[in-house]
Amino acid sequence: MNLGNLSDLYRQLILDHAQHPHHHGDLAAADQTVTLNNPTCGDVIKLQVELKDDRVADIAFSGDGCSISQASASMMTDLVKGQSLTDVQHEIATFLEMLMGNSGEDEDVDALGDAAVLATVIKFPARIKCATLAWKALEQAIGEAKNNE
Amino acid sequence: MVKNIAIARNDFPILNEKINGEPLTYLDNAATTQKPQAVIDALTHYYEHDNANIHRGVYTLAERATEGYEGVRQHVAKFIHAATDEVIFTRGTTTSLNWVALGFASQVLQAGDEIIITVMEHHSNLVPWQQAAQRAGVKLRYVEINEQGELDLAQYADLLSAKTKIVAFTHVSNVLGTINPVKQMTKMAHDVGAYVVVDGAQAVGHFKVDMQDLDCDFYAFSGHKVYGPTGIGVLYGKRELLTLMNPVEFGGEMINLVQRQITDFKPAPEKFEAGTMPIAQAIGLGAALAYIEAIGWPAIEAHEQELVNAAYAQLAAIEGLTIYGPPAGPTRSALITFNLNGVHPHDVATVLDTQGVAVRAGHHCAQPLMQALGVSATTRASFGLYNNQADVDRLCAALVETKEFFQV
Repeated sequence: MNLGNLSDLYRQLILDHAQHPHHHGDLAAADQTVTLNNPTCGDVIKLQVELKDDRVADIAFSGDGCSISQASASMMTDLVKGQSLTDVQHEIATFLEMLMGNSGEDEDVDALGDAAVLATVIKFPARIKCATLAWKALEQAIGEAKNNE
Repeated sequence: MVKNIAIARNDFPILNEKINGEPLTYLDNAATTQKPQAVIDALTHYYEHDNANIHRGVYTLAERATEGYEGVRQHVAKFIHAATDEVIFTRGTTTSLNWVALGFASQVLQAGDEIIITVMEHHSNLVPWQQAAQRAGVKLRYVEINEQGELDLAQYADLLSAKTKIVAFTHVSNVLGTINPVKQMTKMAHDVGAYVVVDGAQAVGHFKVDMQDLDCDFYAFSGHKVYGPTGIGVLYGKRELLTLMNPVEFGGEMINLVQRQITDFKPAPEKFEAGTMPIAQAIGLGAALAYIEAIGWPAIEAHEQELVNAAYAQLAAIEGLTIYGPPAGPTRSALITFNLNGVHPHDVATVLDTQGVAVRAGHHCAQPLMQALGVSATTRASFGLYNNQADVDRLCAALVETKEFFQV
């Protein structure tokens, strides 16, 4: 069995997040709810955010997906909770660029926290959309919130 | 010349590929089959020796291309036991079904009519009927499945009525592997005066299909799922219904006479084949059918049945693995869809890929069926005539390793 690449994709950190996702569930006081699906595979994510003073006061996700999509959502929610929307938007851009193979500035990637390990997913092109689903949902939630202002 | 199926594998060059350092174990035949050397050679030979546009040319080369293309139409007709002018070339099953839902349904649907499809349809035999029902303002009704993943024929009988105008269903489910009783269901539909449309994408290539025996009104299949090229498919229709059916595309070749305001069309099948058709792909399809005939249905059917029975038994023995659809036996075709409890199908497919095993994971373009099964995704292994017991063993060993990797 060719485990070399596989251990790269399924690092312990990713498996831990997938098996015990953080911020998994529903928010009682959500300002924005975005449901996105991945039409190629049927994975679904429901992402809820509570916004206060241009910050992500609280965030939660639920839905159904593979370990990569669940881990990515868990890592993202850890990262953005409490942050300003400006910082979050910058991080989303960094993450999406990273998964298009554009590594960006080291300090930007480091700022992604646990989610930086998901850079390994680019070796598995079929799984990139799994990793980006939650981030696209958050991008949309913030966009909708700003439009409603 | 009869070919021995045991060595047919050697005819498929791609099966020599190494994937991630492992031999390719190709188990995604329900998505597309690999091509034998004979098909690859037929495409090359056509482009090297016979390429010209068909029908119009008065020169020798154009006649040769036309003979080749029309020869395959005759071949297909013989292959499915139909008349030559009942065989229309299309891009594939999806196009075939869309053309019926557009060009035929629009001719026969009236207010108060009903269309019946089944919950196990691939989106290509579902969305076109949703659209047709919406356009005509008629009701779309569903035949459900029982616990074994077979159609509930009692409920089907209840749904059928004088209101039923069209019944469309798949010959073989691309998820459950269920072989539906086409002949019986067609008879039931005809008894209430309905037309029958069958999606044969997962049937042709695995066992003999006979239009005279099934008696359905339309039947669709794809070249690339029967060891032929992509881009070519077939729509069979009964002659009088093809006369009634409107073309969906208009342009060159399909006309008899064009005037400024009106056009007279050629009869079927030409009236449906506007523009330059996939000529090389049709020639390739002919080579694929010849390849299947050289091996013969008894050998293909027996081989695939033996393989799927073995795979079913070996998969069922893996703890924590759930199989969907009917038990191994005469109502199951050569595919098995399953889930490994605690591991998402995408993760299963990625781990299998690192071991050279190609399977499909996801909703298999059958979202209403996934909902009926209560799952969001599944993993599918589907077999072709070149698969063997070693492929089944590699699949099962890889699944056991997947379980160990994810510690479930």
